[in-house]
Amino acid sequence: MQHGKYRFIVGFLALPLGLYALFVVWPFIQSIYYSFTDWTGLSPEFKMVGLDNYRRMLDDEIFWKSLQHSLMFAVVLPLVTLSLALFFAFMINVGGRRRRGGPVVSGVRGSSFYKIVYFFPQVLSIAIVALLFAFAYNPDSGAINSLLRGVGLGSLQPLWLGDPNLALWCVMAVLVWSTVGFFVVLFSAGMASIPTDLYEAALLDGAGRATTFFRITLPLLWDTVQSGWVYMGILALGAESFAVVQIMTTGPGGPDYSTTVLVLYVYQKAFRDGQAAYATTIGVALLVVTLAFAAVVMRLGRRERLEY
Amino acid sequence: MTTTEPPAPVPAEPGPPVAKADAPAPRPAQAPAKERSGGVLNVFSHGMLVLWAFMVVLPLLWAVMTSFKSDRAIFSSPWALPDRLHFENWARAWTDANMSDYFLNTVLVVGCSLVGTLVLGSMAAYVLARFDFPGNRLIYYLFIGGMSFPIMLALVPLFYVVNNMGLLNTIHGLILVYIAYSLPFTVFFLTAFFRTLPNSIAEAAFVDGASHSRTFFQIMLPMAKPGLISVGIFNFLGQWNQYMLPTVLNTDPDKRVLTQGLVQLAVSQGYKGDWSGLFAGLVMAMLPVLAAYIVFQRQVVQGLTAGALK
Repeated sequence: MQHGKYRFIVGFLALPLGLYALFVVWPFIQSIYYSFTDWTGLSPEFKMVGLDNYRRMLDDEIFWKSLQHSLMFAVVLPLVTLSLALFFAFMINVGGRRRRGGPVVSGVRGSSFYKIVYFFPQVLSIAIVALLFAFAYNPDSGAINSLLRGVGLGSLQPLWLGDPNLALWCVMAVLVWSTVGFFVVLFSAGMASIPTDLYEAALLDGAGRATTFFRITLPLLWDTVQSGWVYMGILALGAESFAVVQIMTTGPGGPDYSTTVLVLYVYQKAFRDGQAAYATTIGVALLVVTLAFAAVVMRLGRRERLEY
Repeated sequence: MTTTEPPAPVPAEPGPPVAKADAPAPRPAQAPAKERSGGVLNVFSHGMLVLWAFMVVLPLLWAVMTSFKSDRAIFSSPWALPDRLHFENWARAWTDANMSDYFLNTVLVVGCSLVGTLVLGSMAAYVLARFDFPGNRLIYYLFIGGMSFPIMLALVPLFYVVNNMGLLNTIHGLILVYIAYSLPFTVFFLTAFFRTLPNSIAEAAFVDGASHSRTFFQIMLPMAKPGLISVGIFNFLGQWNQYMLPTVLNTDPDKRVLTQGLVQLAVSQGYKGDWSGLFAGLVMAMLPVLAAYIVFQRQVVQGLTAGALK
């Protein structure tokens, strides 16, 4: 197998590696370098300014605000989303009525239907979902407020995205809506691989559904839950939150930076305010937050691995 | 974790009496009690499941409904059924609002990117999975590393890299960038896949005088078809739904992709106040993916979850 091996390897790797290095790795390295300059992004000239950008960042009130929001995204969103998804997945896979003579573990009736429907939002573009909900949240003619009027709660007409205290929650709700289905399916796959004799034993011991869930399903699913948390957190810190926040709240809502997240702040500084160097500095902060987040989750979540 | 807490069992039998029907014989006292509490829980869980299903479907139905309404009806009664089906909204969105152009751009960009991603990704993955050479691990981890860092950080310099190459606001520039950003996951997934393929067939082909590349294209690639389909669906959805990259790299109004075009329309004062047209465009962008999902449901789910489970 040696004949022409290296020529083949180089030939096959050159193009993918080249593209990847040029468009992903190189900009990534550059951005760290740029964070030590005063580059505006508009002209090719810039000079090194050392840690100036970092000092400025620490004094920047909006930076701290967006950091706070981003951390909320990384903690609250996965908590709500994964809890809901765990509940649904458990009901769909294990929570079914125990029929005599039937399988010990089964899902509720119509479980495959739920799995299909819940997954709908996952295939839609987050940008399109954000647009749709921006319309739904519209205080005057949106679907949500008119639904409230329809059921006799007409006195309750929140401004939703226009209310600085509500806007962030509205945005998060949309991300929950769009990602729960994915985790339902993911956890379902995990639950399917848990051996049924464990459930049988629990049933013989008279365990109810809550006990079964907390003593059997959750511990055995822990690895999946944990990687789900990291995955969701990275999404919530990055691309997904950019789309929802930028689309839903830069026009009508998010008054007074009440929904700005780090990733949006990077975008605004770089492409709206012409402060490319400062933007990359915030980007570096975002990278640090993301890595720290992943490390903390992995650390806190570490448990004795259960073999089965 | 409050949502996972089931309510206290209440002795009642609201569920349909199916479970009882086939079990008329008296049983130990404990068993019926458990079955009854199961019934209550079933009602509660069914309630939650149905509620969520509604919450998922309702906004989508609302969008479809609204796309067929007149502008006045949208504002006066958002939940009422349309008085008649205003198909002209769709026609207007397709032509006047340039949805047809956005659609075509998206198909072009995603089509080329997808093919490029699969070809380049499988080439790299094949070499990394099946050949031992110095630097193999390093290159592998270089690719994998791209899955975890925030794209946003690289976006500012990327803009200038693309700009300096004269690729800003071009379709082929966008395609190259899409491919580059799809490679980490694709290489990761396909490397694992190629490792599972048997060695003997490739060796036999090589003994028969096939070159390395011929072995790859004629034998290994066809064998990797299931893996290619999974990772292809994953990339298709990701690239079709991409918003951040085109927003930054592609500001030419003629070259907008669907997501970007729609958002632009909405931002520019609701496409001159034409809300119904905007909704028609929104639904147009949603329906193809939803339809594809319903048809290829199993493969989509496999493709998407395969990534996160690894």
